[in-house]
Amino acid sequence: MSTLSLLAAKGISKRFGGVHALSDVSFTINHGEIYGLIGPNGAGKTSLFNVLTGIYTADDGNFIFDGEPLDRVKPNEVAERGIARTFQNIRLFQNLSALENVMIGRHVRTKAGVFGAMFRDKNTLAEEAAIEKRAYELLGYVGVAKRANDLAKHLAYGDQRRLEIARALATEPKLLALDEPAAGMNATETQGLKRLLEEIRRDGITILLIEHDMKLVMSVCDRVLVLDYGRKIAEGSAAEVQNDPKVIAAYLGSEVSLNLKG
Amino acid sequence: MTKRRVKRAPPKVWAGVALIVVALALLPFVAALAGQAWVRILNFAMIYTMLALGLNIVVGFAGLLDLGYIAFYAVGAYVYALLASPHFGIHLPFWVILPLGAGLACIFGVLLGAPTLKLRGDYLAIVTLGFGEIIRIFLNNLNAPVNITNGPQGINLIDPFRIGSFSLARAGPVLGIDFSGPQKYYYVLLLLTICVIVINIRLQNSRLGRAWEAIREDEVAAKAMGINTRNVKLLAFAMGASFGGIAGAIFSATQQFVSPESFGLFESIIVLAMVVLGGMGNIPGVILGAVMLTLLPEVLRYTMEPLQLALFGRVLLDAETVRLLVFGIALVAIMLYRPAGLWPSAVRKRELETPKVVAE
Repeated sequence: MSTLSLLAAKGISKRFGGVHALSDVSFTINHGEIYGLIGPNGAGKTSLFNVLTGIYTADDGNFIFDGEPLDRVKPNEVAERGIARTFQNIRLFQNLSALENVMIGRHVRTKAGVFGAMFRDKNTLAEEAAIEKRAYELLGYVGVAKRANDLAKHLAYGDQRRLEIARALATEPKLLALDEPAAGMNATETQGLKRLLEEIRRDGITILLIEHDMKLVMSVCDRVLVLDYGRKIAEGSAAEVQNDPKVIAAYLGSEVSLNLKG
Repeated sequence: MTKRRVKRAPPKVWAGVALIVVALALLPFVAALAGQAWVRILNFAMIYTMLALGLNIVVGFAGLLDLGYIAFYAVGAYVYALLASPHFGIHLPFWVILPLGAGLACIFGVLLGAPTLKLRGDYLAIVTLGFGEIIRIFLNNLNAPVNITNGPQGINLIDPFRIGSFSLARAGPVLGIDFSGPQKYYYVLLLLTICVIVINIRLQNSRLGRAWEAIREDEVAAKAMGINTRNVKLLAFAMGASFGGIAGAIFSATQQFVSPESFGLFESIIVLAMVVLGGMGNIPGVILGAVMLTLLPEVLRYTMEPLQLALFGRVLLDAETVRLLVFGIALVAIMLYRPAGLWPSAVRKRELETPKVVAE
C-alpha cells in the first residue's frame, strides 16, 4: 500500500436483483487530490457513493481507507473514520436552522451525553460554545453566514448546497465526497463553488466529486474516473479522459449504435 | 427555532418570573376555595405534564410515534405500589423508589426501543401499541401462580410521600399555615415538575437534543453525519420512559391505589393528544396541552349541568355524556384551526403555514 493513497477501492461490485449497478470497480484516490467521478446517468456513480459510505454493502470487493479496511462499516462509523458526504438530492435537516445543521455535523467529534446535557457542567458548556463557534466559522467559510438563523429549507438552492458542504466539513473529514454539488447552480454560482473546492483542497481535505458539469470537472479535478453501466471505462487526467474514445462513445452513445449495426 | 441563549436576563424578566412564582404558590389556596377536588385536579395536571414532556422526547424530538407510552407510567406506578404498601409488607421511602421506578421504566424503554429500531411511523405505532397492551395485560394477570400485582383488584393502601413522620397525605399545619393533603402534594409536585421541565429544556438544547431532531428530520442524513442512530434512538426511548416512570410513581403515591385499569390505551392516546394538541416538540406547548386537556374535562364536568339548566330550564343530557361530547368536539376544532398545535414551536409553525414569501 502506497502511503500516497487515501482511499483504495478493489473490485467493488453491487447488484440489485439482476442489475449490475457496479461491476469490479477499482481505483485509488491520493491524499490531497480532487478526484472526479463521471459517467452518464445511471452509470453507478451514486451507487458507488452509497457503497463507500456504508448505506449499501458491496457484494464483492473492498475499500481501504487511510490504511485500514472499510468493510461492513455502518454509515455513522464511516463518518467517524473520516468520510463525509453530501447528497445528490440535498438532504439537509429542513426544519432546523442553518446553524443547527452545521452544529449537528459536529456531533461525531464531540461527546457530551445525557448527564452533560442535564447538569451542564463546565466541560459540556465549553464544548457547546466550541460547537457553536466552529459552526459559525464553517458557515462563513462556505459563505452562508448571513443565513445562520434561517431554516435550512428557506435557503436559496445554491446556499443549501453550500450548507450541505459546511455540514459535511463539520465532521472533520479526510475525504469529502460530493454528489453533484453544482447541480442546479448557475454559471456564477458554479464559479464560486469551484473556488470553494480549491480552498477546501488547500486546507488539506481530499475531495471525491461526482459532477455532470464537465467544465467544472475538467477545470478542477486532478484525475477522473469514468463509469458506464457500472464498469470503469477510463481513468486518468482530465485531458486524457476527455480524449478517450470509449468515454466519448459512452457520452454520445456511438458505441451503442455501432453495436446495433455490427 | 433559533436558540440564542439569554446571557443575562433583564429586570423585567425577573419581575415576570417572580409574578409566576407567587401565582403558582398561591394557586392551591385559590383552587381550594372551589373545593379540594380542584387541588387534586391541579396535581393531576402536573402529573400529566411530566408524562407529556416524557412522551414529547420520543414523539416531538426524535419523531418516533409511540402509542404505548402509558406502559412506562404503569411500570413506575407499580414499582412504587409494590415497594411501599402492605401488599408485600415493604415500605421503602419515596426518594429510594422514585429513582428505582425511573430506572426500571428506563430499562423497559430500551426493551421496547431495541426491537423497533428499524421501524418508523405507522409500523412503530402498532408495535408500541401492542407493547402498551402487553404490560397492562401482564399487570392484570400477574396474580397467579404467584400473586405479584394482585391482578385486576389492584394494590391498595399505598404509602403516601412521607419524610420521617411528616406525611404529605394528611392535613396539618406547616409553619403555622394549615395545609390540606393535596395542597402539600401540590408543592412537591410543582418542584418535581419544574425539575422535569428544566431537564427537558436542557436536553433539547444539547448535542443529544440536536441528534434527536436530526433523526426526526432525516435519518439517512443523520447517519451520514456520524450520528449513531441506534444509540440515540434508544436514549430517546429510555429518557422518555424514565419521565413516565417518575410520573407513575407519583401517581401511585397521590392516589394510594393502583389497578391495571388506569393504564389502558385511552390513557396513551390522551397523553399523545396533549403532545400533539399542545405543539409537538415545543416544551411550553406540551405543558399547555397537558394542563388544558386535564382541566377541560373537569371544568365541563362541573359546568354542563348548570349550563343546561340555565339554557333549557332542565337537564337534557347527562353531564357525563355531554362533557365527553364537548371535549371531543373541542379536540377536533383545535386540530382544524390550529393544525400545528395550540403553541407550536417556531419551526413547526413555519413548516405548516403557507409561506407568504417563497424562498428566493
